[in-house]
Amino acid sequence: MKSTFALSKVVSRSVSHSTLLFMGLIFLTPFIWMVLVVLKSPDQIFSNPFGLPTGLKSVKDNIHTAFTAVPMTRFLMNGALVVSILLILQLTVAIPAAYALAKFEFTGRRMFMMAVVAGLCIPIQIPMLPVYIGLAYSGMLDSYFSLIFPFIISPFAIFMLRQQIKSFPDEIIQAARLDGLSESGIILWLILPEVRPVIAAFSVFSVTAHWNDLYWPLITVSSQTMATPPLGMLYFRDGDMGTNYGALMAGAIITVLPVMFLFLIAQRNFVKGISVSGHK
Amino acid sequence: MRIINNTRFSVRPHPGPRGLILAAPAIFLLGCLLIAPVIIVLSMSLTDYNLGSINFTFIGLNNYKQLLDDPHATHALLNTFIYILIVVPAAFITGLFLAVRIQAVFHLRRFYEIIFFLPATSTFVSMALVWQYLLHGRIGPVNELIVQLGFQRIDFLTDPAYALPTLAVIGAWQLTGQTTVLFLAGLASLPDEIYQAASLDGVESGIDRFCKITFPMLGPTSLFVLVTTTVTAFQVFDSVAALTKGGPGGATETLLYRIYLEAYQFTNMGYACALSVVFLCLIAALSVLQIVTAEKKVHY
Repeated sequence: MKSTFALSKVVSRSVSHSTLLFMGLIFLTPFIWMVLVVLKSPDQIFSNPFGLPTGLKSVKDNIHTAFTAVPMTRFLMNGALVVSILLILQLTVAIPAAYALAKFEFTGRRMFMMAVVAGLCIPIQIPMLPVYIGLAYSGMLDSYFSLIFPFIISPFAIFMLRQQIKSFPDEIIQAARLDGLSESGIILWLILPEVRPVIAAFSVFSVTAHWNDLYWPLITVSSQTMATPPLGMLYFRDGDMGTNYGALMAGAIITVLPVMFLFLIAQRNFVKGISVSGHK
Repeated sequence: MRIINNTRFSVRPHPGPRGLILAAPAIFLLGCLLIAPVIIVLSMSLTDYNLGSINFTFIGLNNYKQLLDDPHATHALLNTFIYILIVVPAAFITGLFLAVRIQAVFHLRRFYEIIFFLPATSTFVSMALVWQYLLHGRIGPVNELIVQLGFQRIDFLTDPAYALPTLAVIGAWQLTGQTTVLFLAGLASLPDEIYQAASLDGVESGIDRFCKITFPMLGPTSLFVLVTTTVTAFQVFDSVAALTKGGPGGATETLLYRIYLEAYQFTNMGYACALSVVFLCLIAALSVLQIVTAEKKVHY
């Protein structure tokens, strides 16, 4: 009796595993395909699309073309610069604000909190319209400033951080004040270590979202040298080398790898962030 | 209640400038970058403002009237709804199915989570270019397969009948990671005792157990997933911009893509603002629902 039960469990688990592996294969198809294509030369790609790659010789060529057909290094640098400066600014603005919301009474506190919650509900593409007009009139489109500026304020960061800081004991803050610690000292030495997990989750979220963003770069960027990786990939596809699929797929891998790597090392944080917010 | 409030007050610093100073940069930026721009969009939607022109006039609700008669706009709205009607159920059902399966196995959970979530994190434009290649009408491997199975080639992205559903399938591919993770979190929060009790009551088989216990218990999670995926699907833009540019013949023009065209390609700012207000209202209503359902979700 017991052994049939155990057997049925083994059977049902293997059914689950095979189903999941099959579905996984379907989900991974684009990833598998882009790797397969990069391993082949242009001739092989067209003469025998389903054939397995014969060696690593073509990889170098394809990557080389991806870096020379378009300013790929520049795209990657632009992306890295924008997401890192943006993240630092977002946190610099959000952490004191979240601390104030969690631990202070001040005039307009309620209004501010309401504005933060309202901010969570406003799709970012709406405020972008007037911000774009402002940037256009001040001649600042197509710059790093314009790529970063509209996102400096993150209601999402303020909201997440505030939830975490609220549970920090008031007595410790009070004691620190009596010991002569300034408010910025309290933020640096007490609050920051406390909210590290939230900062980690938000960082992964912010870096991925802005590395991957197409909407705003498409609007604000007009010269190839200012393009971030997604926009750069569109320039690549629409350019002379756009039908060199080996090179194009190499470009796709190169632009996907940084966020994929980030996701793999911070998977827990990432999943946590999604479960809390439901946002990508 | 009074006592709690009093103790809170005694510990907190008195109302003073310190909190306000700490929050000042955020308040300023929130005003400049979110609140004021939204008010400007609301007001501009009542004008005929065109980027570059110096004068503009107040035209009341004319933009909104024009919207109703504009086949591009109504078509874009319809396309967006069709897109949502495919993406949301597909991502919901697949996510639920995968989550239940992943929950049922002991080993490799992390591995499966990573696989199904990978599409959600990977730079969408780059992956869209891979899809474009995979689904290419002449040289795409999917069509090679279709031909070898003895069927007609399908121009997935250039045939008006197929383009929108194709984008929806790619959208569901990307969104399923999110729904899977949310359902896994929901499943993890279900108490074991319920299953033990159900087992005593004779509810044993997988499907029976799923229909009678798991799915009903996942109610709040399901609602949250539904609202969240709808909000995300509503904002579909990247795949349209990268793969079809709204074509063929407007078959894949969505609301956000239409706003993008009117505002930044045709510089009809006033009219684009009116479209944006419609977009804002729909998203804001869903977002409120999202926050309400998120609160409910916590109680389980």
